[in-house]
Amino acid sequence: MALPTYASPLERVWHWFYIALCTAILIFLIAPIIVVIPLSFNAEPFFTFTPKMLALDPDGFSMRWYDSLLTFGMAQPDYPRDSNWWLDVWHNSKWVRATKNSFIIGISATIVATILGTLAALGLSRPEMPFRRPIMAILLSPMIVPIIITATGVFFFYSNPCAIFATAGNPTPCGRLAGTYLGVILAHATLGIPFVIITVTATLVGFDRSLSRAAASLGANPRTTFFKVIMPLILPGVISGALFAFVTSFDEVVAVLFIAGPDQQTIPRQMWNGIREQISPQILAAATLLVLFSIALLTTVEMLRRRSERLRGVTPS
Amino acid sequence: MANTLPDPHAAIVIDAGGVAPDGQLNAADGRSISRALGRSQRAARRRAFLLVLPLLLFIVITFVVPIGQMLARSVYNDGFSARMPAVGEWFAAHPVGTPPDEAAYAALVSDLAKSAADKSIGVVGTRINYDYPGTRSLFTSTGRKVDDLRPPFIETLPKVNAKWADPALWAVMREASRPLTPNFYLAAMDRTKNDAGKVVQVAPQQRVYLMLFLRTFILSLVITGLTFILGFPIAHLLATLPTRKANLLMVLVLLPFWTSLLVRTTAWIVLLQQQGVINDLLVWLGFLDNGSRLQMIYNRTGTLIAMTHVLLPFMILPLYSVMRSINPSYERAARSLGATSWTAFRRVYFPQTLPGLGAGALLVFILAVGYYITPALVGGSSGQLISNMIAVHMTETLNWSLAAALAALLLGGVLILYYVYDRLVGIDNLKLG
Repeated sequence: MALPTYASPLERVWHWFYIALCTAILIFLIAPIIVVIPLSFNAEPFFTFTPKMLALDPDGFSMRWYDSLLTFGMAQPDYPRDSNWWLDVWHNSKWVRATKNSFIIGISATIVATILGTLAALGLSRPEMPFRRPIMAILLSPMIVPIIITATGVFFFYSNPCAIFATAGNPTPCGRLAGTYLGVILAHATLGIPFVIITVTATLVGFDRSLSRAAASLGANPRTTFFKVIMPLILPGVISGALFAFVTSFDEVVAVLFIAGPDQQTIPRQMWNGIREQISPQILAAATLLVLFSIALLTTVEMLRRRSERLRGVTPS
Repeated sequence: MANTLPDPHAAIVIDAGGVAPDGQLNAADGRSISRALGRSQRAARRRAFLLVLPLLLFIVITFVVPIGQMLARSVYNDGFSARMPAVGEWFAAHPVGTPPDEAAYAALVSDLAKSAADKSIGVVGTRINYDYPGTRSLFTSTGRKVDDLRPPFIETLPKVNAKWADPALWAVMREASRPLTPNFYLAAMDRTKNDAGKVVQVAPQQRVYLMLFLRTFILSLVITGLTFILGFPIAHLLATLPTRKANLLMVLVLLPFWTSLLVRTTAWIVLLQQQGVINDLLVWLGFLDNGSRLQMIYNRTGTLIAMTHVLLPFMILPLYSVMRSINPSYERAARSLGATSWTAFRRVYFPQTLPGLGAGALLVFILAVGYYITPALVGGSSGQLISNMIAVHMTETLNWSLAAALAALLLGGVLILYYVYDRLVGIDNLKLG
């Protein structure tokens, strides 16, 4: 974005204004995420920088909110920190339980979404696929339909999945999916599927179909062709789709609010409670850890993208 | 193909299968080649469809059916009709406007007694309460005393509670005696039926939903505009910088995109609240008096700022991907032909960004009208959107049919926009990071 040599003085002023404007917008984008990090080390139960923190006095900082993340919800947080104490953390600490749930639900939903989504993307990218456009529109709609509508529908359906078969006067209850891990996992898989389809379809756009024909002409059966030829080439797309699906589940709170029982509290649900009830820097400590987590995910996706472009013979940009 | 040289490919086919007596081309197995081709194409279509089928079934069962079932609630509510059959029959037999006679009261009392006995009278009262506020307790308290009532009920029932003689209550019960009703859609549009059965607007102090739809629409438009104003320069900067620098700055856009929504919302609470970082900064700089700190959150301003931040990447990414493909020599050519930089931008560069702008604006608007979490956490009462009202009816007032009617109206709007987006941009062109 260099200024051309023929620029007039007015254009020079405008150019510097433009640079300043962009800087301000980038600060707007990133500042909220940066600000929570130092505040999570606050020694005081406030959401602002204390004078001690501004003076960089070590007394103004502490790890107490990270500590309280561990102990929150424990049966006996004050006991000496021996193996029993850690066992207590593992079983009772609300944030630890929420983390376990987030990973159990996130990973299961990701597996379901990735397998079904990848198969569908393979079918949708074939030129012979009938009704491609309307089917694509249906499969991607969970991303577009407002989450409150999805959550509401899923709440009724999962409360009594057989109700659609019930006739008037003969309600046929058949178990509940609401309040179970399976219910939350299915709901999260539904929400993650569009992201898998989009990323895998994008990878398949650059896929050379003559490769799979070549494999077939050399005697490979469809299974071998898929695992030996297609899969290695689309793997970066599949993995980044899976990461998107995982993040969608990991960040999802509305469906959890509606259909999860007390046993399936996730990290976002725990944060939701924290923001609405006893707002404290504990939330900021959790937020900081989540920011670090998203930096790790972002790095992974970026590396996958470059690898995918290298495999397709495009110079990574 | 007639009166030209024989098709060279036909020779190969003829060698392979020969020509049938009727002159049709055949494949090696002696069957018609066009049918063989059709068969293999059908098989290929079937194979492609079978790959998609599991997911299609999954989405239909876990997504389409639940939403359809939920929407059915917006026109179907048997909370009253299923438990009050006798009084329903009386309504069916007598036209609108007939004052309730002794038979009607007797039917009502027998229904109330049965409903009280099987403990469903709360459901009945709740259903009537939607249309006639304050009547839930009328049903439950009458249910407790109904066994002691003696005929003529037309005199004894109003003695329990004078409301039983209210024609408005009877009109509401008549409406509720049919499970299939448009009334929840009327309510969702601030309308109701009066005693004569005509559709009228509700009292001015009860008109909330149209105002909320309008607020959702306007706030979403403003947010779309703000993301455009803020996103355009950034997308332009990223698209024109050398790749290495652009990638570095891209992280500043992608990191918020990948960070949990709740983290970002929490961060805005930290920044904007009255004892928060921005107010502290303004006081410290002397722009503000300590006593006059700005109220920037738990109101519409909070919703506006936080949602703009959350949705900004959805504007930047499509704009960026379009701007990267714009050839810079067009703008240079315009300059060399004497255009000022403003004219070159307005007449040459900007029109080429329109596909990205359309894609980004539609996406941001679609996402904004359905937003729930951010307004719920930072919106206060003036920053709530229609989604929040659906949640209120789902979890607090438990008027599920009204929630479904509001959801149906919102969903209809979003689906229209989705259709437009798919036509103009193509939903599969959506870029993620």
